[in-house]
Amino acid sequence: MTEVAAPITEIRRPDLSGKRVARRYAAERRFRAYGLTAIFIAVAMLGLLLVSIVSKGYSAFVQTYVELEINFDAAKIDPDGTRDPAKLAAFNYQGLVNDALYAQFPDVTERRERRSLRGLIGNSAGIELRDMVLADPGLIGTTREVAFKSSDDFDTFVKGHISRDLAEADRRVKDQEIAWIDALEADGQVDVRFNTTFFTTGDSREPEQAGIWGAAVGSFLTLTITLLLSFPIGVLAAVYLEEFAPKNRLTDLIEVNINNLAAVPSIVFGLLGLAVFLNFLGMPRSAPLVGGMVLALMTLPTIIIAARAALKAVPPSIREAALGVGASRLQTVTHHVLPLAMPGILTGTIIGMAQALGETAPLLMIGMVAFIVDIPGGFTDPATVLPVQIYLWADAPERAFVAKTSAAIMVLLTFLIFMNAVAVLLRKRFERRW
Amino acid sequence: MNLILLCLIMVVLTVIGYWLGQRQAVSAAGGDARRLHSLPSYHGFYVALCALLPAIVLFVLWLIVEPIIAEQVLISRLPAEVQSQDPNALRLLVGDIKSLALGNIVSREIDASLQAAADGYASVRGAGRLGMTVAVLALLLAGAAWAWRRISVDHRARNGVEMIASGIMILASTIAILTTLGIIFSLLFETGRFFEKVPFFEFLFGTKWSPQTALRADQVGASGAFGAIPLFAGTLLITVIAICVAVPVGLCSAIYMSEYAGPRLRALAKPALEILAGVPTVVYGFFAALTVAPFFRNSGEALGLTVSSESALAAGVVMGIMIIPFVSSLSDDVMNAVPQTLRDGAYALGATKSETIRQVIVPAALPGIVGAVLLAVSRAIGETMIVVMAAGLAANLTANPFEAVTTVTVQIVTLLVGDQEFDSAKTLAAFALGLVLFATTLALNVVALNVVRKYREKYD
Repeated sequence: MTEVAAPITEIRRPDLSGKRVARRYAAERRFRAYGLTAIFIAVAMLGLLLVSIVSKGYSAFVQTYVELEINFDAAKIDPDGTRDPAKLAAFNYQGLVNDALYAQFPDVTERRERRSLRGLIGNSAGIELRDMVLADPGLIGTTREVAFKSSDDFDTFVKGHISRDLAEADRRVKDQEIAWIDALEADGQVDVRFNTTFFTTGDSREPEQAGIWGAAVGSFLTLTITLLLSFPIGVLAAVYLEEFAPKNRLTDLIEVNINNLAAVPSIVFGLLGLAVFLNFLGMPRSAPLVGGMVLALMTLPTIIIAARAALKAVPPSIREAALGVGASRLQTVTHHVLPLAMPGILTGTIIGMAQALGETAPLLMIGMVAFIVDIPGGFTDPATVLPVQIYLWADAPERAFVAKTSAAIMVLLTFLIFMNAVAVLLRKRFERRW
Repeated sequence: MNLILLCLIMVVLTVIGYWLGQRQAVSAAGGDARRLHSLPSYHGFYVALCALLPAIVLFVLWLIVEPIIAEQVLISRLPAEVQSQDPNALRLLVGDIKSLALGNIVSREIDASLQAAADGYASVRGAGRLGMTVAVLALLLAGAAWAWRRISVDHRARNGVEMIASGIMILASTIAILTTLGIIFSLLFETGRFFEKVPFFEFLFGTKWSPQTALRADQVGASGAFGAIPLFAGTLLITVIAICVAVPVGLCSAIYMSEYAGPRLRALAKPALEILAGVPTVVYGFFAALTVAPFFRNSGEALGLTVSSESALAAGVVMGIMIIPFVSSLSDDVMNAVPQTLRDGAYALGATKSETIRQVIVPAALPGIVGAVLLAVSRAIGETMIVVMAAGLAANLTANPFEAVTTVTVQIVTLLVGDQEFDSAKTLAAFALGLVLFATTLALNVVALNVVRKYREKYD
């Protein structure tokens, strides 16, 4: 052993001083804080989204009504006294509403003022009166209190979305109208009730008459087609790929293809529907049938992937036992594997359906964006769906449609939460660990 | 409703066929089902499938082909001078006759010849319907009778049924391929027609986008320019903003959830992120247009900046929020897949938790994280409703996030929603844009899925 010369460079030793440890611990705490902040931001954004929608939309579930004393003057409605329904239907009932308003505010005589006074009441009032009289001709000759929907501006003002403090020029409701509204409120003639119209009618240009029922029915019809097509096809494809398919180039291609199809932008499916279903096959525009087919193609990969995962989770011992007692491969699958995988498949299907329910873009391409008042009655009637209705209302200029849009979003989210809750429940209830 | 009735009749006949087949099999075996090659139910299924399948094929084919033939008949019955007129006018006339036959509103005077043509068309359609009902039901019965006569003790009904079933399953799994082919060919075909009108290089490298084409020759200000660079730039800008929001937030929350969070926080935060992924995009669009955009505009005003009310910033930020869960859930998965031994090794060397994460886990999981980000980018590029509702329509070529830009998807929607004339460059441009979108997202997906798969194999 010879003496080793002292090293020229000092050996690098870890810095074990308390200062460095403190610094490292500080870095550790900062890093944790970043993570927490990130989660907090994500959750806060979700909260902000929900709060902003609920705060904008809750007021659309109620509607302001104005009670007016209507004189069903027999001399005006039915001067001959025949009570002939055709003649009763032809009478201009809006006049009765206007008379009641003029009687309420006798000092309003100027034409312009009278017009804005008439604007306080929604313009379906005449039709409502006509329907009342046609249903019960005995009303003629009597005087009674009838509640009418107020106009959307009146409604928005009463709900407090239009501030009194704004300058008059910036306000949709003018000073004079506010005075009338105050007078009506002081008399106890203004009443806020649950808005049944919103849940029972189709679209309308007038916010107070617009409802989501038409869109909800359209969504239901569309999703029925989607389910009828994508569930059987998806399950069959998954069973084939997972249980029967030989491992070769073709099945590899199908597999890669399905994974890629799941990530294709939804609007591209809309283009496919437009080019193939509408232009090539000549199917009707705006129809739930075509919408359902497009959405079925879109949800198919989701269902196939979920179904394959569920089939894969069934242990091979089950298959071997069935084959061992002499079942054919198809019998093994239909009698044992498929029933055991069904909860997982159904969960995946419900999640796919929830996606389809919220989808908008491909349906815009195939014309489901039209303004449709009637409730669709069949698979080839023109229809729209809930998300498209939301999109249409979001574009409408009237202030009252903001609340309607938010309310429609709340309805849509309720459906989605319900579907996802069912999926989670199904998974919790029937999931088996092998 | 006639069609639904026909379908119901078909179903009922099929069920009866199943029942008869089953009974026939048992009686062929002299009441002792054990003598049969296949179970009686397989004989029943055999009859039912032989009856139903050909009938369904005929039914669908008839539904597709019959209207085309009826239209040909209608055109051939029109007077010669009407037939020889300009094809667009002829198409309008045919459309009117069809809607008159269906009792819908017609855009022209109804005269006797029009009414006669409509009546003729209606009678052709009626005859077609009747023919279809008869033909489909006849085929169904013929198929059932054929299968029914084949029933015997030795008849291999189970093998037949299983062969048909596997045929149906193969058909179902090729639908995915057919969809892809359908997308590719329909986009390629329309894009080819587009490039007949607009040169390829002008589309890909032009910097001016103004898709209004002149309807009349003397119209002013509607030259039509199809340079898509501003759209690509706008899409890129919004995507970059979205990624700047989503990647830090998504990655940090994934790290916290997989490495730090206790089970209680995980049980709370994970569903919250999943809800974020489940909110329909139209809801995000509404949120962006009515809450976020005004907020940015007002804060910009307060700071002395001019922020457009359709700024790229608002659309991008909201899109970023939307794709947070895509980044976080996939990154969470890949970080959970990093083996515990790597962590233990790092701790044994004295690393703190954050040092382990930064220097061991994230580098080990990096391919998976990159894959997740690529998938998120592809999602952001293809996202439609947020940008349709919150971004602008004007094709500005700018990198300023406070200005309004437009994107590929916005232009596809605006070009195709509303009245369309199917051979104008304007509508065909939407398909060219769709092809670009499809190709880009497909490339991103293929790369991302490969990266993720390679990574998974590494630690499996």
